[in-house]
Amino acid sequence: MTSLLASSLTDFVGDGLDLQVQVDAIALGAIFALMAVGIGLVFGVLRLVNFAYGQLIMAGAFALAYASDRDWPVGVGIALCFAAVLALSLAMERIVFRPLRAQSAAVMLIATFAVAFLLQSIALLWFGPLGKTATSLVELNRPVSVGSVEIRKITIVAIVTAAVCLGLLVLLLNRTSIGLHMRAASMDFQTARLLGVRANMVSGVAVLIAGMLAAVVAVMLTVQFPTVTPTFALQETILVLAGVVVGGMTRLLPATLGGFLIGYVSGLLGGALPTNQSQYLPSFLFGLVILVLLVRPDGLFTRRRGLVERV
Amino acid sequence: MRTRRAIAELLAPATLVVASAVVGATFARTTEIYFISALISVSIVVALYVFVGNSGVLSFGHISFFAVGAWAAGVLSVPEQEKPATMPYLFDFLGSTTVGNVPSLVIAGSAGGVFALLVGLPLMRLSGLAAGIATFAVLGITNNVLRYYEKIGPGLNAFSSVPETTDLLQATVGALLVIVAAFAYQRSRFGRQLRATREDPAAARAVGVSIYRQRLGAFALSGFLAGFAGGLYIHFLPINVDAVYLDLTFITLAMLVIGGATSLWGAVVGALSVSALDAVLANAENGIEVLGRTIEVPAGTRIVVVSALMALVLILRPSGLTGGREVTFERLARRLRPAVQEAAK
Repeated sequence: MTSLLASSLTDFVGDGLDLQVQVDAIALGAIFALMAVGIGLVFGVLRLVNFAYGQLIMAGAFALAYASDRDWPVGVGIALCFAAVLALSLAMERIVFRPLRAQSAAVMLIATFAVAFLLQSIALLWFGPLGKTATSLVELNRPVSVGSVEIRKITIVAIVTAAVCLGLLVLLLNRTSIGLHMRAASMDFQTARLLGVRANMVSGVAVLIAGMLAAVVAVMLTVQFPTVTPTFALQETILVLAGVVVGGMTRLLPATLGGFLIGYVSGLLGGALPTNQSQYLPSFLFGLVILVLLVRPDGLFTRRRGLVERV
Repeated sequence: MRTRRAIAELLAPATLVVASAVVGATFARTTEIYFISALISVSIVVALYVFVGNSGVLSFGHISFFAVGAWAAGVLSVPEQEKPATMPYLFDFLGSTTVGNVPSLVIAGSAGGVFALLVGLPLMRLSGLAAGIATFAVLGITNNVLRYYEKIGPGLNAFSSVPETTDLLQATVGALLVIVAAFAYQRSRFGRQLRATREDPAAARAVGVSIYRQRLGAFALSGFLAGFAGGLYIHFLPINVDAVYLDLTFITLAMLVIGGATSLWGAVVGALSVSALDAVLANAENGIEVLGRTIEVPAGTRIVVVSALMALVLILRPSGLTGGREVTFERLARRLRPAVQEAAK
């Protein structure tokens, strides 16, 4: 499957495999990977696909725009962004996720769908369809020369930040007791509870970490796309959700890889397709997603399950 | 007993639809459009219900069948001489063909049905999240292609000069036809088999039901009905491609879930009640008079209220307003003694 994907890629990409496109694609993949972790972490613990994740990022981006409107220092803007996203995450967990914990996956998915639209329409009421501009960090868009290629600073920042965040998360999951609890809960929530894992604590922490990642993503996305509208990060979230399912939703590593992959592929295709075809980029991506799902419905990077699960 | 059940199951939603149409007819022409729009919503939501309700599998893709139906009917019913102005890049056979109202609706349904069948052939092998994301991907592709491929439609522009044949009567007849089709399907052996797979896949398979085939059949039928609803819609409003994407997907799913996804009655109740609320809020956005005082709410309030309501219904009553049950005469009678029922629990 991977070889098929790679060969179809080289077909599309042709001469576009130069370093410039590569680096940008990797940076996009890194941002998508962070979003994938945020979605995958909550799914692991709560078995809930958070469709509203993009709206958390949107909220953070609006916080940044709000701060830059008032010429507040960058640090304050970022702090406000984190505060807004985290408060919203916790509220979402308390009001929506927790009461729905016993419901089926479909009900929870539609509920987060509703929350997503709720937040989006509140943003529309509040900020209007044209949105606001977040300009305080745009200097990160300036290029620096590395060897023969011009790389925007944000590209490097994105890759480094993603690596650091993922590293910290691995440490948290493997070296602390709350990390152990979360891993246990994601394997078997009921048994973990019987063994003394506190359900509300674990789901709260998972949502909190996912929220922090959303805030980080909000900061990095506003650098690249300073115009913040109510549909900010919506398209990205849809792609990441697809990527997460393609990678394999039930485990964090495959989910992250899936997120990275779809970001990387869309970066490559976006950089390499001629303009008259690049408007069909979403079709190419979604087509690939369907193809992969048909061949590996449980995920590209997961071990194949045996027979059909019984009850 | 059986026939009595069947009668109630069909009569209740049909009566509700006819009643709303009659109420709508007594209002002024300006208010009528809300009723037409509500009745078309009934068609879409019931189409969605045929697959989602009976199979228990979530589909985000039905608006793409709706869109394909709308595009087919729209492109074919624009008068020939008008086509070069709004859709200059059409394929020759589309540019030189014009059909009437009823044929265009049949074509809309067929286009939706064939598209659903083709999509379903591979996709119905999937289940759970993979199925959800794959249907979402279909929606994304359909929207992307309709947006930019100008040989099959107006691209980014809105349709214009499509004959506005969907009046209150056509919307009512359309909704009734869709309800009858959904009813006939769910009483048939195929509908029963599909519901069996929803309740217990393993047991259904053990008695020889092919999950794949039953889902595929329902998917194609519901694609046909969704396409038909799209045809009704294009003869009502000159829409563009943005009108058939995420917002409509959300609002129709919301209607189905709020009403109760597992019954025909729930689908109709959900569509009509959310439409009613939506119409009231739409009026309130332009200023509404309540008890002598003008109340005006900011534009965009509708989606805020509808999505908050949907989240609320899911949290408090996950099986919807109707509890996902059909109407029976017995339950109607029992409704009159709720206290007894509570005590029995």
